Amino acid sequence: MGASNVASAMQTPEAYAEAFSGLEKEAAGRELAWLRNLREKGFARFSEVGFPTLRDEDWRFTNVAPIAQTPFRLARNGRGVPASGEIARFFMRGAACTLVFVDGRFARGLSAAGTLARGVTAASLAEALAKNPEAIEPHLGRYLNIERDAFCALNTAFIEDGAYIHLAKNVVLEAPIQLLFVSTPRDFPAVSHPRNLIVAEESSQATIVEDYVSLGGKALCNTATELVAGDNSAVAHVMIEREDAEAFNISTLRIQQGRAADVASHSVLIGGALVRNNVHPVLGGEGGECLLNGLFVGGDRQHLDNYMLVEHASPHCGSRQFYNGILAGHAHGVFHGRIIVHKDAQKTDAKQTNRNLLLSDTAQIDTKPQLEIYADDVKCTHGATIGQIEEGALFYLRSRGIDEASARRLLLMAFANECLDRMKEGPARTHVERLIHEYVAGVTGVIASEASQAAVGERS
Amino acid sequence: MSLLEIKNLHVRVDGNEILKGVNLRLNAGEVHSIMGPNGSGKSTLAQVLARRESYEVSGGEVLFNGKDLLAMKPEEAACEGLFLAFQYPVEIPGVSNAYFLRSAVNAIHKYRGEDEVDAMDFLPKLRKEMKLLEMDEKFLNRSVNEAFSGGEKKRNEILQMAALAPKLAILDETDSGLDIDALKVVAKGVNAMRSPERAFLVITHYQRLLNYIVPDYVHVLVDGRIVRSGGPELALQLEESGYANVGTASTPTRKNASGTPAAGAV
Ligand SMILES: Nc1ncnc2c1ncn2[C@@H]1O[C@H](COP(=O)(O)OP(=O)(O)OP(=O)(O)O)[C@@H](O)[C@H]1O
Ligand SMILES: [Mg+2]
Repeated sequence: MGASNVASAMQTPEAYAEAFSGLEKEAAGRELAWLRNLREKGFARFSEVGFPTLRDEDWRFTNVAPIAQTPFRLARNGRGVPASGEIARFFMRGAACTLVFVDGRFARGLSAAGTLARGVTAASLAEALAKNPEAIEPHLGRYLNIERDAFCALNTAFIEDGAYIHLAKNVVLEAPIQLLFVSTPRDFPAVSHPRNLIVAEESSQATIVEDYVSLGGKALCNTATELVAGDNSAVAHVMIEREDAEAFNISTLRIQQGRAADVASHSVLIGGALVRNNVHPVLGGEGGECLLNGLFVGGDRQHLDNYMLVEHASPHCGSRQFYNGILAGHAHGVFHGRIIVHKDAQKTDAKQTNRNLLLSDTAQIDTKPQLEIYADDVKCTHGATIGQIEEGALFYLRSRGIDEASARRLLLMAFANECLDRMKEGPARTHVERLIHEYVAGVTGVIASEASQAAVGERS
Repeated sequence: MSLLEIKNLHVRVDGNEILKGVNLRLNAGEVHSIMGPNGSGKSTLAQVLARRESYEVSGGEVLFNGKDLLAMKPEEAACEGLFLAFQYPVEIPGVSNAYFLRSAVNAIHKYRGEDEVDAMDFLPKLRKEMKLLEMDEKFLNRSVNEAFSGGEKKRNEILQMAALAPKLAILDETDSGLDIDALKVVAKGVNAMRSPERAFLVITHYQRLLNYIVPDYVHVLVDGRIVRSGGPELALQLEESGYANVGTASTPTRKNASGTPAAGAV
């Protein structure tokens, strides 16, 4: 992308350079030359381009000035660990294990280790780098593109901790692994850069849930995950953003799929002030299947941006994108769905659908499909809709005795359920379902009372 | 006291007067039919009674069970016992028929201060009704009306009516588009619900339906007014001669001399 050549009007805050040299001296794995090199490259790239601006085509609809202008400091310094009672409510029922990360650092004492099947590793990346760097080196930083995304470059500069999940060949993990990222309140704006590596070897199977929560405070979580789905593996990845109203969350999920690998990425964005959800699968082996399923629900002044980049690099692969948005208040949603079909990716079947419900006149959605097709025998479809709750459907439900607020909730849940229905049944889906029910009930509660006030106003 | 009393009802839609002074009175136990040409205002009347808010009442009064119907929200009218079978039932993707029906029944129970229905009691009852309506049980798990055929949608309306057991059921062209077998099934469903406590207002274009659901009174709505009322024979008459001259002899007649207050056009 040429857009990154445009000189950024925003500066790289001094603090990042200081923090970077500080980290270089004390970070985990600093004795590993390849890792130092990786970090340096990341920082060099970030220093070169700085934060993106609205002039950058990939960031047209999302203004990150609030992030660029905040003097964030690394959250790793002077951290306080929350009591386990404070975070118990965030744990997923039925998880194989829950790894807790506080401001990006693994917190063993707060985690629930569980008993994992043989051949499954679920650990802290910092520990894995110390104990077993040769398992990490072939993958870490090999897939994430630091050239095209400054936040990925920044994350790479600050690689230190996060989750490392490894599934040996043929291992099937039934229960999901929950990675719980907790940001804690500080007396300064804090930034963390969790970095996760998930490697699923041939014919393995698992569900991994990244769950972002906060205990308050102004924080930026700039997270990146590399997911390597080996030949014939089946991996479900769930991203849940449910931080509170002051949180900024930038995440990138970079998926590398092998031959006949079947990957599902489910994104659920219901929290955060400014959220950017990048999902970037590369279908790199024949016969791969990828599902990108998402639901974003925003109210107040939330900004929820979904940037999909699906690359078909091999023949006979299928990708399906389904993103549903519900926006109330002054919320702003973005769906940018880019599909690239490379020259050799014949018989590609790529589909993209983005459906949106706007619950107020002040809510906004920008939806943009972008197809770049360099092969000749492919099937690509895309479609987007923007609508309101249908008056006819609402009246039909109410005419059967269901009150207006409940009828609205029912219609919104039905819309949200389209996404839930694309998840396999199990603890991860139940977990997400509960969160969505709670959140939609809250959002629509506000809407229903706004509507009834308006009606009263009209009558008088 | 009549179950439904419509007095000089005027309704505007998007600034146009559609109903221009409708008068009608229904008692419990009666079946009334409304006929009339396309665009005469039949569905408008039905939707206003079910309290669709986009229809503006510009005059008149409606009492339902002695209460001011026009002050009610749609859900209140439903909970008070009014049911409308839609001319065009609405599709609701993502909400299963079973969930929808149970939510509706529970909402009405709650309004009346009764306990929630027990799934164990509710489902068998529903299955029985479905059998009567010759509906496959798979319709319980399908989304409300989504991809239902025309006939299936109409049966689904009758199923809802059976589940909600209203005091007054308004059927807006429930027979339109049905073949004769489906029509008989729907009529059977309606007739099974006829009772001294319940009234029906049956809107139709076709006399044929009235062979199966025999009305006590037939009213003719033309251009927003009831121009004539009579017994079931009026429907036959209309079938032969059409609506052209119907307004001329507008003396309402009662078929049965039961001593109840005069129904029909006042
Ligand atoms: N939303 C609307 N805006 C403007 N005019 C409307 C609207 N809805 C209905 N009308 C008009 O009101 C009149 C009455 O319509 P209505 O649907 O009540 O007729 P109907 O008697 O039920 O006809 P049909 O037998 O075709 O079902 C028609 O002229 C129709 O075009
Ligand atoms: Mg009609």
